[in-house]
Amino acid sequence: MSEKKTFEHVIHERWCKGCNICVAFCPKQVLTLRNVKVFAERPDLCIGCRLCEIRCPDFAIEIREKGVMQPKGKDVGDIDFDLKPEAHHD
Amino acid sequence: MSDILKYFRQNRLPHIWCPGCGHGTATGALVRAIAKLKLDKNKVVVVSGIGCSSRAPGYLDFDTLHTTHGRALAFATGIKLSRPDLKVIVLTGDGDCTAIGGNHFIHAARRNIDITTIILNNNIYGMTSGQYSPMTPKGMLGTTAPYGNVERCFDLAKLAIAAGATYVGRATTYHATLLEDLIGKALINKGFSVVEAVDQCPTYMGRKNKLGTAVDMLNWLKDRAVNVKAAAVMAPEKLEGKFLVGELYNQPEPEFTAEYMAMAEQVRRKYDNFQGGVRECGQNSD
Repeated sequence: MSEKKTFEHVIHERWCKGCNICVAFCPKQVLTLRNVKVFAERPDLCIGCRLCEIRCPDFAIEIREKGVMQPKGKDVGDIDFDLKPEAHHD
Repeated sequence: MSDILKYFRQNRLPHIWCPGCGHGTATGALVRAIAKLKLDKNKVVVVSGIGCSSRAPGYLDFDTLHTTHGRALAFATGIKLSRPDLKVIVLTGDGDCTAIGGNHFIHAARRNIDITTIILNNNIYGMTSGQYSPMTPKGMLGTTAPYGNVERCFDLAKLAIAAGATYVGRATTYHATLLEDLIGKALINKGFSVVEAVDQCPTYMGRKNKLGTAVDMLNWLKDRAVNVKAAAVMAPEKLEGKFLVGELYNQPEPEFTAEYMAMAEQVRRKYDNFQGGVRECGQNSD
């Protein structure tokens, strides 16, 4: 079972002019326009290709990696019992 | 993105370009290339002329210069010669570079001075309401060409290569990652580097020629652009009406400032010997 990275969309609404470029070129239809400003409607579908970020003429959208979604149900075989539980604490 | 925002004067944003204008994308590509090379902010000078494209340095937090129409390369030559340690970047438009500053362009290329020139080519004079420029393709409409442009346009890449530039690339705003890579390589190249960024002007070029919105114009650019590697194996009749994108020329040559400094050093040494070591005579025993 593969891990899935999650992304969050940071949008500078004041800079966005609603030109629709990011919405049209998003391969996963994550973005829409709402009140002539970009809005991340389905952020869980985002694959982090950053095509919106690099094509945005107004520097208004930014993709940040939020973290890795762990698959549910950990396999016992993956746990390293040689490590003490304290080793996981930072 | 947050790593590139430090290169912007954020209090100046949002910029004044129209919604969907490609100049923002090209400026973003430049800043990303600079961020990737980790250049020092205080060692980069961005020079521009007049026009929509030349508004860009106002939003960038480097040492910037907004100069007279077409003369950006002349000012940049002066900066580079007085301070050869600086990285000099010229942002210029198609009219600014090929019409008003055409002579400066070919002579900077001929000298092979270490300046990176990025031409934001939107095929029209956008700031003054859409007059046709030397880069407007034949048959396209403009305010001063209401029945279609009868003149042929420049092939800027071929012009730059013929004039002596040592690195020439072309990309569109649709190919923004390619544009970023080309600008990065142009910044590394020691010599006159030209990157032509073909972008869209939805307000004048788009409306006048009925090309639709910014998205339609980006698709229009995508349909007309052929990568230089793909073009090598394509039939010539298929390339009609298209233009090439990618790295078009890369041939290092001796650079002007280095040559100039070497010459100055040589003359200085010769003079010192001639005068019997007047200057620094203690060290000049050979």
